[in-house]
Amino acid sequence: MHIPDGFLDSKTAVATGVLAATGLSVALRQARVHLPPRRVPLLGLAAAFVFAAQMINFPVAGGTSGHLVGGVLAAVLLGPSPAVVVVSAVLIVQCLMFADGGLSALGANILNMGVLGAVGGWAIYFAVSRMVKGLFGCVLAAAFAAWCSTVLGSIACAGELAVSGTVGWTVVLPAMAGIHMFIGVGEGFITALVLVAIARARPELLQPQAPVASTRSYGAVLIYGGLIALGLALFASPFASSWPDGLDRTAEALGFREKTANPLLPAPLPDYRMPGMHWSVLSTSLAGGVGTIVVFVLAWLLARVLVPKANRIEEAGPPRSP
Amino acid sequence: MRHDFLDRYSRLRSPVHRLPAPLKLATALVLVVVVVLLPPEGRSFLGAVAVFLLAVAGLSRIPWRFLVLRLMLLEPFVLGVAILALFQPGGGRLFLFLVAKCTLCLLIMVLLSNTTPFAELLRVLKAVRVPALLVTTLSLMYRYLFVLVDEAQRMRRARMSRTFTTQRTPAWHALATVVSQLFIRTTERAERIYGAMCARGWR
Repeated sequence: MHIPDGFLDSKTAVATGVLAATGLSVALRQARVHLPPRRVPLLGLAAAFVFAAQMINFPVAGGTSGHLVGGVLAAVLLGPSPAVVVVSAVLIVQCLMFADGGLSALGANILNMGVLGAVGGWAIYFAVSRMVKGLFGCVLAAAFAAWCSTVLGSIACAGELAVSGTVGWTVVLPAMAGIHMFIGVGEGFITALVLVAIARARPELLQPQAPVASTRSYGAVLIYGGLIALGLALFASPFASSWPDGLDRTAEALGFREKTANPLLPAPLPDYRMPGMHWSVLSTSLAGGVGTIVVFVLAWLLARVLVPKANRIEEAGPPRSP
Repeated sequence: MRHDFLDRYSRLRSPVHRLPAPLKLATALVLVVVVVLLPPEGRSFLGAVAVFLLAVAGLSRIPWRFLVLRLMLLEPFVLGVAILALFQPGGGRLFLFLVAKCTLCLLIMVLLSNTTPFAELLRVLKAVRVPALLVTTLSLMYRYLFVLVDEAQRMRRARMSRTFTTQRTPAWHALATVVSQLFIRTTERAERIYGAMCARGWR
């Protein structure tokens, strides 16, 4: 999901850069104010951990392999603001040291995987784990949130590519979201397995997020919420409404590459295309909705299998007592 | 596992390596921005940039084989996205243009990271007032990256030498245990590092 240099035009790169810089500076401020000094080195170490964990390959069918992305895992273990710093550090090092993800697309990558992926994923995790208590709820919520954050990041990535006029919206969205719906299942599965293994060995490590969560300020929540809403509104809404026309026109007015998007419209079936597109929008949304429900059920089953019943009752105690 | 898989050649001696880091970072940034913003008509300029980069690569004494391998390693990501451009009318030329642009940008970044030690890049970031917490995080990350990769590798080797299964489910369980152990060791190491930092007068 790392966008290389050259796929984003200037308006998208600047817009994502501003959003990412705002998110990162809020996260840094939150971490500086609320993170105890004892845990400051953990930020750097956790970033190194995410980088090292990404190099451990999990075998998937047919000789291919996948690896953990780790945004939601970091958010669950460290809290949302430290997770944004950690994911951003990983992305910066990958960009500067490995040329993985472009320099001009750094903002977009931080926005997709740091702000949308980690904070968005953490919000879903927080909501679900509030509803279902104990380790069972924690594992269920983390698996579901990991899937959601992967898909959310890929949709935003597709939106950025489409708004840049690099590739058509109707081509890039199904491709990106479709692939990442499967990748997300793996991500959720690994996240759940790792959390269960950590809970078995050092259950107290799963709790430090509680004080972080309780001391967060409403201003940060507002800014994060605003950033996620703005990011989705800018880069995911063309999918649901007639925005592409408006954006194409802006691009034309500003003199950006319009030639690539134009030939689609004077096609032989100008009237047929819009209903067709609406149909595809509807069916894609429907598929997305059904997929989300299926994944939630899968996460539920996974958490059921991974967390034994005796353990579930035993583990339900500690989070309530402190 | 080699330690220097990231910036293997950043400590060579050459005219390019001796240039000040701020200059190199600024040049890379400007070049990337110019290449990215280039309209399709400016194809000849891409050629000029390519010649400049090849000259820099020649001067820097980085082995050509390494550069080609690194580019080949990163190219699938570019092709994966660029291939989507083929699915629209007139996509062929756009595809070629995109691939050329992206490859040049990759070459710029690979050259930057292999001619400049990361510590010097961090010094530049510090000088341009990037928040101290982020710089601390980045420098700690770079310092312990290799340690943790080694640690993961050691645990993986230990597991491989003790388990013989090729089935998928136990493998995933075992790998997840490796990742979780890595995180636990990471937190323990972070606490030791904090103690060491305090002992040396940090803050």
